[in-house]
Amino acid sequence: MSDKIDVKELNLTPKDFQSDQDVRWCPGCGDYSVLAQVQRVFPTLGIPKEKFVWVAGIGCSSRFPYYMDTFGMHTIHGRAPAIATGVKLANPDLSVWVATGDGDLMSIGGNHFIHACRKNIDLKIVLFNNRIYGLTKGQYSPTSEKGKITKSSPFGSVDYPFNPLSLALGSEATLVARTIDREPKHMKEMLARIAEHKGLAFLEVYQNCVIFNDGAYSDLTDKEVKSEHVVVLEHGEPLIFGKKLDKGIVLDGFTPVVVDLNDGKHSVDDLWVHDEKDKGPIRAFILSHMTDSPDMPTPIGVFRQIIKPTYNEGVVRQIEHIMEEQGEGDLEELLFSGNTWTVE
Amino acid sequence: MEKNNGKEIKELTDVTVMFAGDSGDGMQLTGTQFSDTTAFVGNDLSTLPDYPAEIRAPLGTTYGVSGFQLHFGSGEVYTPGDNPDVLVAMNPAALKVNLPNLKKGGIIILNKDAFDKKNLALAKYESNPLEDNSLAGYRVFPVAITTMTIEALKDCGLKPKEVARSKNFFALGLMYWLFNRPLDPTLDWVKEKFGKKESVVCGNEKALKAGYYYGENTELFAARYKVAKAELPKGTYRSISGNEATALGFVTASKLSGLPLFLGSYPITPASEILHFLSKYKRYGVKTFQAEDEIAGISSAIGASFAGSLAITTTSGPGLALKTEATGLAVMTELPLVIVNVQRGGPSTGLPTKTEQADLLQAMYGRNGESPVAVLAATTPSDCFYMAIQASKLALKYMAPVILLTDGYIANGAEPWRIPHVDELEKIEVKKRTDPEDFHPYDRDENLARPWAVPGTPGLEHRIGGLEKANITGNVSYVPENHDLMCRLRAEKIERMQNDIPDLEIDGDPEGELLVLGWGGTYGSITEAVNAARRAGHTVSRAHLKYINPFPKNLGEVLSKFDNILIPEINLGQLAKVIRDRYLIHVIQFNKMRGLPLKTYEITEKIAEILGGAK
Repeated sequence: MSDKIDVKELNLTPKDFQSDQDVRWCPGCGDYSVLAQVQRVFPTLGIPKEKFVWVAGIGCSSRFPYYMDTFGMHTIHGRAPAIATGVKLANPDLSVWVATGDGDLMSIGGNHFIHACRKNIDLKIVLFNNRIYGLTKGQYSPTSEKGKITKSSPFGSVDYPFNPLSLALGSEATLVARTIDREPKHMKEMLARIAEHKGLAFLEVYQNCVIFNDGAYSDLTDKEVKSEHVVVLEHGEPLIFGKKLDKGIVLDGFTPVVVDLNDGKHSVDDLWVHDEKDKGPIRAFILSHMTDSPDMPTPIGVFRQIIKPTYNEGVVRQIEHIMEEQGEGDLEELLFSGNTWTVE
Repeated sequence: MEKNNGKEIKELTDVTVMFAGDSGDGMQLTGTQFSDTTAFVGNDLSTLPDYPAEIRAPLGTTYGVSGFQLHFGSGEVYTPGDNPDVLVAMNPAALKVNLPNLKKGGIIILNKDAFDKKNLALAKYESNPLEDNSLAGYRVFPVAITTMTIEALKDCGLKPKEVARSKNFFALGLMYWLFNRPLDPTLDWVKEKFGKKESVVCGNEKALKAGYYYGENTELFAARYKVAKAELPKGTYRSISGNEATALGFVTASKLSGLPLFLGSYPITPASEILHFLSKYKRYGVKTFQAEDEIAGISSAIGASFAGSLAITTTSGPGLALKTEATGLAVMTELPLVIVNVQRGGPSTGLPTKTEQADLLQAMYGRNGESPVAVLAATTPSDCFYMAIQASKLALKYMAPVILLTDGYIANGAEPWRIPHVDELEKIEVKKRTDPEDFHPYDRDENLARPWAVPGTPGLEHRIGGLEKANITGNVSYVPENHDLMCRLRAEKIERMQNDIPDLEIDGDPEGELLVLGWGGTYGSITEAVNAARRAGHTVSRAHLKYINPFPKNLGEVLSKFDNILIPEINLGQLAKVIRDRYLIHVIQFNKMRGLPLKTYEITEKIAEILGGAK
């Protein structure tokens, strides 16, 4: 991306990012929340409107580009990261975003996802994870819990689910984060973080499907209980949660353990202090797997952010370097290269 | 008859040579060097590399044999030759595989050191063909190539394994002597390639010269041969393969259009070389993306096209199958895109290193829905250059995907190419939309092309995608009449390309008893076959299609002027099917699917069969 422009100078508002198309998600869908937050965050980024590109695959959430008044492309199932890669490589000056769902990204698009992560292409991938196939009317997805009863698994699914954050971390994504559709403030913060990250930024949004998987995240969103089940990650801060902020997490070897801060045995000083810049991915992995354990709270926030050169920078630099060293290519010279001979 | 060093020099008009050995013997390199030198001395030529898919198949076995066939002459040469006049066999397996194809009375130069018990057994010879009289009827020259190479290279400081690897250059040197070719082009190449590795330079030079002097000094060969220069049009030439020409064509199209070139591709035989060549052209601003799979190859190209690059993807048949859905997306989003399919034997993995023309129907129809794309086919190695430019031009002008079909034979084969000057080539006009006033993403110009409004252009923010779009506005539309209109518009757009493609030319009379109609890479075989039929007294016309969707405007009329249409193809009749469908006429098919170019004599025989003997 080129240098930021003064936000005031751009004078953009959320309305500038609303397209003239009617939004057609089901009433109450978590997708509305993501759309609203994106439209709130975009005017604050200092990026001119014409430099945003949204690319989506197939699924409910992949209709996202139609509702954003930016350049956009609603493509084919699973391929959004690959198409977005082409957009970014062709014009590295653009801010390229991918809207995708758990079927789109974790199933049919799995290969493109892991390779985009591995290459650290400067894309912002927003995964709308509702743990179900919505658009095809309710089959279990690769993030559905084992045993899920759906139309295609009437006796319960026998698959183990993917953990999207572990997959992203394992594929070396350079920013890995999670938020929840019902936490607009947190989501805005996360969107701003991924927008500003240089490299592949992956944001998983826990998103409720009111029709086919309603309440999938109710433990994490119901006012009464959510603070007992969610731990908010903040860089440099201890892992504390609970309604009265009386619970913490300590790391016992490689095992996270919940401790009671009122039991007289543990204090805040004993707790695991979150370090999102941690060089190794181990702690972030442990955090990502906390969702798999019923006794642990679900972390949201930035799990890990590291800085390394992006693929798109590498491509441009290599071309610049070679041009500097050898000069810009002369086509005539190229055509007439090799063993030539002349017929008089 | 001339004499040279006491040896007779026989003048020939054309010769076909086959170099064959183990896949690790360096036969492709030997053949390429011989071709380059042959082109350099002014012969016209055509080559056919023929190698196994295995990189190093078990040594000495017949399935590990790698061959390089080359046809050169003092007249025009259109094909790599039906049957070799000369076979260079580095081991028994190479002899076994290639003997059946050698002309009766042909020359066999073989490495007699390799005809030991072990190698004979590996090639499944029950007795030694050098001793059992089975080679009677051929002129056999057994040469101790291994022994003499070891002797010649003893002072180069090479390891025994490296010495063994140089024996192909002994054979090459001997062939240079036999056909009166200079050593300099290969010696220069050796210096350039291995400059710093003195021992390797020494080995290659000594082996090459040892082979040459062996020919000169030995009593084995009574004669050597001379093929006079071909009369080629004036100009500067180079030897070019189809894959290199394709790569150069796209770099040139990038220059002519002023657009940066983007290639998204996944390695696949026999198309990978295009990726290799373009990856080298960083100085020309070319961006190459080696994608995670075929689908990402085309998807990234679609993204780059959306973002304003001249975007291409390169593949072979199985890859084209994988790119099917994304090709449909390019049709729907009406983005310029060139898809190169270097056809190989199919179905499935098929014959990866062999040629075929059986992806025509896949290119034409292999997508869901009414999904028309332009289909072009290059005819010869050097024609790939022009067709790459032409494909780019049509894609950009009509905002549509274009499939360019080449094939394994023209991709790997080489011929002399009269190099054009850049300023002789027509510029490619590109219209990118910048004016936000009254902008509609699916508005249409006089060619029905929609505007190319690339991200980064202020005021042109818009959405495209795979869902059906309303004409003009580009909004998602399920309106029945709109879908019908859009299907017709997308088809009409491709049809209108007829205005930009040349009429079909006829070689021979414009009407008559027989027209031989071909397409793509069979150009050489069909041309040579028709010429042979004419020499035999037949009156026959010939035409060759390079544009299959749309067909040239005059095709229907051309076809109507002939009593018989013969369509030779390396498939089971795919063009024949399309022609019958389009023009409701009877056509005669000639089909062979051997993974090889069509044999000219077979086509000539078919012509004679139709015309009923010479007239």
